[in-house]
Amino acid sequence: MEGWKKTAKEWALRLAHYVTLTIFALFAAIPFFWMLITTFKQDADLYNRNFNPFIFNMAPTLDHLRYLFTQTLYVRWLLNTAFVGVLVVLITLALAIPAGYSLVRLTGRMGERLGIGIFLTYLVAPTILFIPMSRVVANLGLKSIPPELEEAAMIDGYSRFGAFVRMVIPISTPGILTVVIFSFTLVLQEYIYTLTFITASDHYTVSVGVPTFLVHGDVYNWGALMGGCLIASVPIAIIYNFFVDRFIGGLTLGAVKG
Amino acid sequence: MSFTPSPAGRGFTVFDKGNVLGFMMMAPAVLYVLLLVGYPLILAFMYSVSDITVGSEQFKYVGLANFRTIIDDPNFKTALKNTILFTVVSTVIVVVLGKILSLSLLKAFRGKFLLRGLILMPYVAPISLGVIGWLWMLDSIYSPINWLLKHSGLFGPDFWPMWLGKPDLAMASIIAVHVWRLLPLATVIMLAGLISIPQDIQDAAKVDGAGYFRQLFTITIPMMLPIILVAVLFAIVFTATDIIIILVLTRGGPYDSTQVLVSLAFYTGIDAGDLAVGAAIALFLVPLLVAVAITMLKLARRAEVV
Repeated sequence: MEGWKKTAKEWALRLAHYVTLTIFALFAAIPFFWMLITTFKQDADLYNRNFNPFIFNMAPTLDHLRYLFTQTLYVRWLLNTAFVGVLVVLITLALAIPAGYSLVRLTGRMGERLGIGIFLTYLVAPTILFIPMSRVVANLGLKSIPPELEEAAMIDGYSRFGAFVRMVIPISTPGILTVVIFSFTLVLQEYIYTLTFITASDHYTVSVGVPTFLVHGDVYNWGALMGGCLIASVPIAIIYNFFVDRFIGGLTLGAVKG
Repeated sequence: MSFTPSPAGRGFTVFDKGNVLGFMMMAPAVLYVLLLVGYPLILAFMYSVSDITVGSEQFKYVGLANFRTIIDDPNFKTALKNTILFTVVSTVIVVVLGKILSLSLLKAFRGKFLLRGLILMPYVAPISLGVIGWLWMLDSIYSPINWLLKHSGLFGPDFWPMWLGKPDLAMASIIAVHVWRLLPLATVIMLAGLISIPQDIQDAAKVDGAGYFRQLFTITIPMMLPIILVAVLFAIVFTATDIIIILVLTRGGPYDSTQVLVSLAFYTGIDAGDLAVGAAIALFLVPLLVAVAITMLKLARRAEVV
């Protein structure tokens, strides 16, 4: 009797587990699924209220994608975004890693206060997120590296800085990767500074170019819009998925007090 | 660390002195932040007490006149109320849902990789693009959501909510989109927290006979408190300072009922050109966020001591 009850309970929990996950996944993914279908839908199919919006009621078409790649500056925007992204990540790494190291190892209490101060600036200027945020993450990754490693390097004749470069940086790769991914994602999200500062349309990044140019007044070119969104989002999402484990590892490295 | 080694052979250079090196390594980052954050912030303060506009060559000091104008403006009051409302509600929902989701993602199961990828997408996609998708999902005429609901037969024939056309529904939609976007982030953060809970404590609890939910509320959640606070902080910051969702989804409408501080500042300062008033509006956000941040940090520190 007891055995049966237990298995039933296990099965119920399992079911609840899967149902919960499915609901969340649907919630997250439905806009993207719809984007996928719409990219290939003919306009007449889209604007018909009686048609099921989630399937193809008429034959799919490549027209929107063709429009996107030939009649707009989409490719240019993608390149711009990549360019900005790489640059930002490089600058962030160059500034944040030494600073993070110094916070953790070298400056004691005052350094901690300074670190928190920098984190606060993160709030004031939400789009200058990269540096303070990456500091925090770099910090967390660097905390768990045993000082003995550096001491060993220094005894071998390296200066403190040399020890930093040769020993600490390679070992803190998970933390660094986390910083890279985080920064790049934040750059992708960037919208308002681009909108405010840049006026030449061939300098736009994807996140501003697409909404601005594929919408003419009140008329939205949905097919091309959705195609533009998907192409910008999906590859990054896939890469991100691969790195999430590293990301979590980077965050928890600091928690393991060893 | 007072450890100072004697390097083999070379003299003692600046690259070895701990304190100096520490200072030098922090300096670039500090300088960068001061220039790019500090300087504009000071400018913002100066603008808010002046009469500068986008076109003006010089500006003069006008004291607190801008602030007086703002406080009397009903749009400002709405924006302030909305900022707080959206932030609080979105944060609560995101944290609760994130907790549930992170618990679900803890164990391995078939298809976890793919599922996790799907769940991550809302955060990874550029905001403006993801939100544009929602613009159609909530469209007054073509909304697929409404189509689904109508064809499910659960609601009457006149059921067709104007998600973005009525103020209440618009506010609910905005909150929903905020939650949609931040859920992956909150989940990942809390997942990290969950993983770092030592297994032996949970095993001990199981041996003592604690059931799943009992374990959850008396052990897991208290131990995760610092991480939960981190998630809360992020949620608050990302929601209170977000302008894109408002701009793309409602443009502050209908009838300025969904304006928030940031969007109002943008429309006033940049669209309409009244930089001084725009700056004044935006500055209201600063004390709010700083207060929140300091509170969070204090709470987190206390929780960690436990």
